[in-house]
Amino acid sequence: MAGPSATDDVKTLPLDAWHRAQGARMVPFAGYAMPLQYEGIVAEHEWTRERAGLFDVSHMGQLVVTGEGAEEALEAILPADIAALKPGRVRYSLLLDDNGGIVDDLMVTNWSSDEAGECYGLVVNGATKHGDIAFLAERLPDHITLTHRVDRALLALQGPAAAQALERVLRGVNEDFYFMQARAWEFGMLDLEITRSGYTGEDGYEISVPAEHAETLAGRLCAELEVKPAGLGARDSLRLEAGLPLYGHDLSLDTDPVSAGLSFAISKRRRTEGGFSGADRVLSVLEKGAEKRLVGLELEGRLPAREGALLYAGDEEVGVVTSGGFSPTRGHPIAMGYVLAGHAGEGTALEAQVRNKRLPTRVTKLPFVKQNYHRKGAA
Amino acid sequence: MARYFTEEHEWIEVEGDDATIGITDFAQEQLGDIVFVEVPEEGADFAKGDEAAVVESVKAASDVYAPVSGVITEGNPALEEDPALVNSDPEGEGWFFKLTLADKSELEGLMDEDGYKEFVANL
Repeated sequence: MAGPSATDDVKTLPLDAWHRAQGARMVPFAGYAMPLQYEGIVAEHEWTRERAGLFDVSHMGQLVVTGEGAEEALEAILPADIAALKPGRVRYSLLLDDNGGIVDDLMVTNWSSDEAGECYGLVVNGATKHGDIAFLAERLPDHITLTHRVDRALLALQGPAAAQALERVLRGVNEDFYFMQARAWEFGMLDLEITRSGYTGEDGYEISVPAEHAETLAGRLCAELEVKPAGLGARDSLRLEAGLPLYGHDLSLDTDPVSAGLSFAISKRRRTEGGFSGADRVLSVLEKGAEKRLVGLELEGRLPAREGALLYAGDEEVGVVTSGGFSPTRGHPIAMGYVLAGHAGEGTALEAQVRNKRLPTRVTKLPFVKQNYHRKGAA
Repeated sequence: MARYFTEEHEWIEVEGDDATIGITDFAQEQLGDIVFVEVPEEGADFAKGDEAAVVESVKAASDVYAPVSGVITEGNPALEEDPALVNSDPEGEGWFFKLTLADKSELEGLMDEDGYKEFVANL
């Protein structure tokens, strides 16, 4: 078989030594050495679904947009209703080019306060962050400041036991704290910025921490019995089960938000008023309906259909898989892919071409595994 | 019986003209959790270097190339039911396929166990 590939020169992140001490297998990802796994992808996946996994996502870009008028400036770019996003609230949004193609997906948090003034945090994908910064810098007016916070690490604590574990470390943190909310928190000398969010489908947090203290926090969290480190491998299988698209795979410049099933990210007011980048094209697709749609696919047996596998209805090629793998929770292969709208209905039988085989597959609703967020007002 | 190893992390157990082939413990550890193995069918004729099998881990699919030329006599049926055998017993029950060697001279130049250990230690 093909041997382990030589690693290119890659940069290290604040937790590099810590990961190696935990026995991580490090791989190059988004220009950095990142932990793929510690004890094993399936074990870390299952641990996160049952208890809590700690993921290092410091490769992602932590950006801040500040200055009077930041709200309007962001509304000229993002399709979200930034004016309605209160301080301490988080929203999923998109960077779109002028043709409505997806430049990146991101989380935007309103960190505005009397002291900070108008202040918005953006967390963007690691592989795209430098392009995103250039894209934003070109479009934001001169009086708005864009800062790339390279002095902070980002940890994601995810899983049904994340809340009780974090509560023991940061007493009181969970009081009136729900999915898609944010709060600043002091822990000894550490100033933490916490959002109740993540990308695994589980309840959990993303915690921004000064880089020089990242090891302390990671060690402190993993000292809790419920928490173990988890790597990029488990992060990918978890987000796929949760039906969450991944930039560079399910999302790209060639896909628009409507086809990608992300119409919810275009706020109601913005649909009427437009005014965000790519609005003309996106609103037109919203009205007419997309030609192709991102769907979930379930396969029988054990052979996964992976990114690039073509999808057929009889002899007709009707789509392509953009993410695929084996679902540890479901016990069979799952995938996401784009199919022509006429074949995107739930239950539609298709075939996936994997090497010389045609695998029977069925369009299914997303997510594959029920999301477990801690929502305000939910039982 | 003699066991040989390749730089591509296959092991080859040879008895007379018959060889059993699998991937090494080092290889399975690199791959991680294995969810599917596609083994060749009886009668398939491979030249050295042909794609002979596919191993799918949770994260990726990897081709396994025939390390020597020969005709397949058996693919391991147990892997269909339990691909994780490759993780738990890679150099035993988790073998991939057996073949009849076409050219025994191809074994020359392969590593023995000590040689392979040294090879892996230097990776």
